Amino acid sequence: MIKELLNIKDLKATINDKSIIKDLNLKVNKGEIHVIMGPNGSGKSTLSKILAGHPSYEIKEGSITFDTKDLLEMEPEIRSHEGLFLAFQYPLEIAGVTNFDFLRIAYNEKKKYHKLEELDPLQFMELADGVLKKLKMKAEFLNRDLNQGFSGGEKKRNEILQMLLLNPKLVILDEIDSGLDIDAIKVICEGILNNIEKDSSLIIITHYPKILSYLKPDFVHIMMDGKIIKTGNLELVNLLEEKGYDAFEK
Amino acid sequence: MKENKTQTNFEIKQVLNEPYKYGFNTKIETESFPVGLDENIVKLISSKKEEPNFMLTFRLNGYKKWKKMVMPEWANLSIKKIDYDNITYYSIPKKKKSLKSLDEVDPEILKTFEKLGISLDEQKKLSNVAIDAVFDSVSIGTTYKEKLAKSGVIFCSISDAIKYYPNLIEKFLGTVVSSGDNFFAALNSSVFSDGSFCYIPQNVICPLELSTYFRINDKDSGQFERTLIIAERNSSVNYLEGCTAPQYSENQLHAAIVELIAFDNAKIKYSTVQNWYSGNEEGIGGIYNFVTKRGLCIGKNSSISWTQVETGSSITWKYPSCILLGENSTGEFYSVALTNNYQQADTGTKMIHLGQKTKSKIISKGISCGFSKNSYRGLVKIGINANYSRNFSQCDSFLIGASSQACTYPYIDILNSTSIVEHEAKISKISEEQLFYLMQRGINAEQAVSLLISGFCKDVFTMLPMEFATEADKLLSLKLEGTVG
Repeated sequence: MIKELLNIKDLKATINDKSIIKDLNLKVNKGEIHVIMGPNGSGKSTLSKILAGHPSYEIKEGSITFDTKDLLEMEPEIRSHEGLFLAFQYPLEIAGVTNFDFLRIAYNEKKKYHKLEELDPLQFMELADGVLKKLKMKAEFLNRDLNQGFSGGEKKRNEILQMLLLNPKLVILDEIDSGLDIDAIKVICEGILNNIEKDSSLIIITHYPKILSYLKPDFVHIMMDGKIIKTGNLELVNLLEEKGYDAFEK
Repeated sequence: MKENKTQTNFEIKQVLNEPYKYGFNTKIETESFPVGLDENIVKLISSKKEEPNFMLTFRLNGYKKWKKMVMPEWANLSIKKIDYDNITYYSIPKKKKSLKSLDEVDPEILKTFEKLGISLDEQKKLSNVAIDAVFDSVSIGTTYKEKLAKSGVIFCSISDAIKYYPNLIEKFLGTVVSSGDNFFAALNSSVFSDGSFCYIPQNVICPLELSTYFRINDKDSGQFERTLIIAERNSSVNYLEGCTAPQYSENQLHAAIVELIAFDNAKIKYSTVQNWYSGNEEGIGGIYNFVTKRGLCIGKNSSISWTQVETGSSITWKYPSCILLGENSTGEFYSVALTNNYQQADTGTKMIHLGQKTKSKIISKGISCGFSKNSYRGLVKIGINANYSRNFSQCDSFLIGASSQACTYPYIDILNSTSIVEHEAKISKISEEQLFYLMQRGINAEQAVSLLISGFCKDVFTMLPMEFATEADKLLSLKLEGTVG
């Protein structure tokens, strides 16, 4: 059995000819939790968007393999079907499309891709209901338009709901903790930990160590100026807390 | 160098459309008049149809007014000059004498309607919908006539109505849209060939939904139908209208009139899904659609509601309107207009508040793709005696691609200080971030656009009857296919 899930090699990427990712390497094995920390503008969110296939970025060099396949060759929706999930920092609002319809289409598209049976609305309702209960969310959540008028906490919880329904191999949490109070962070982290498959991997992008007391990382990476400049364990976070990013600048 | 492959995926661009599904034509023998229009042609139409004298007078009046009028040019449309001398004003399938039943209809024509998914065979009829099928300006047959007759509802072609109910026709025809109302209305009044007539007597809730299906087949003939719906006191009716035409590289003229009259407490709900041939991706061919639709809420508490989904025609010029005369009457207009390639639409409504405590609501959604032009034009007028009246208007436009246009022309005319008029307008573009979000969840670009559009149109689709709503949703997806590369 192959342990490796994601392998980013010598990645260089630009947006509008501006270099953002400068020679980045990262390897994630199945079941591991990785944290990427770094100052504003270091390229953390860019990395997550590149992994998901955002069209604004241009890959100049390097390669990304995901579950033995070439990730850069895949359309965004194929990356999703193959098991890559990005929880957005700012989930988008879509008027007139109910959460239920959206979730069912997304769910069935993935089933279709893997040539599995799609669920009719009743069957899907049953499935969604079970997941909602796990996340302590009310069923009326499904009848509202996608993220339309949701509070910050509700939007983030909705991301986790989508994540659990799509059952991904790799979850990227892009500042899932921003703008949330401590209780909400706890609910979300527990929702992830208690429900995610054992060999699914996590990449957590964050500014705040708080979330790490719930989601214990195996590796901590410090990212600066488009590169990972240091990799360690939780100790690194303590050092960072004490001395700030200045301590890592050469 | 390796490019992120998805780069091109978002370039929203113009590519070939899904071919028009209804573009076939039916080979049947027709009887046509010589091209062009003069008094003799008008007389000939009237005599051919064995009409009573008042009809001939009505037609000639229309003709005289039309002769003095010029084609309106105020709309935001560029229209190729129409040669009115080169149009056939009357074309009928030849075998038509007076048909006793649908069995006598040319099987080719019945097949055409079958192909369109409209079954006139009562064995296979649509449940709960009575249909009047109009083929090149002539009504081919009406289903469920007997069932309707039991409740006193009259639903037949307007030619039959002129023959069998001349008193009703003489009393009501042209009372909402007069024969000289506008250029196209005058033209229609002088040459209209057929259409539907519907009369709902007092205290009757029409037991079926009524539907007319219009089909243009002949290449050079204009189509001029006329629909008249009368809802007496305490009655109500749901009316649906669908339209298709074959693909020709010539433009064809369609100038119809619909008149609605609602008495005390009566309700008329009129829904249209218009999918005339819209021309090819270079803008060649397609129907010129100039339609005057107007409803009169003459009675207290009466209500008229227009819902339209306009996806076809090369040119659409259409403003379904309500005259709110009766106290506490209500007018509504819900519209989705989608234009693609080189289509042009100038559509909207007029809400004329004359009575007290009258209410109106306008929800308009315009979607423009390709090189198309899509304009909303609406008038809200509050008359001097329309105390405590209200209007709410919401006009949203959605642009796909960089070469399409959306315009909004609201006209507001208020002569009464106790009334309230609200207007909201919004123009949005497909947001790349929204698309990316949906795609990250496994929904491909084309599907994502469809989803965004159907979300955008939801307020209007919910107003359509069930079968129509599904059809409209499908139709939009079909029309959008290929707009995202």
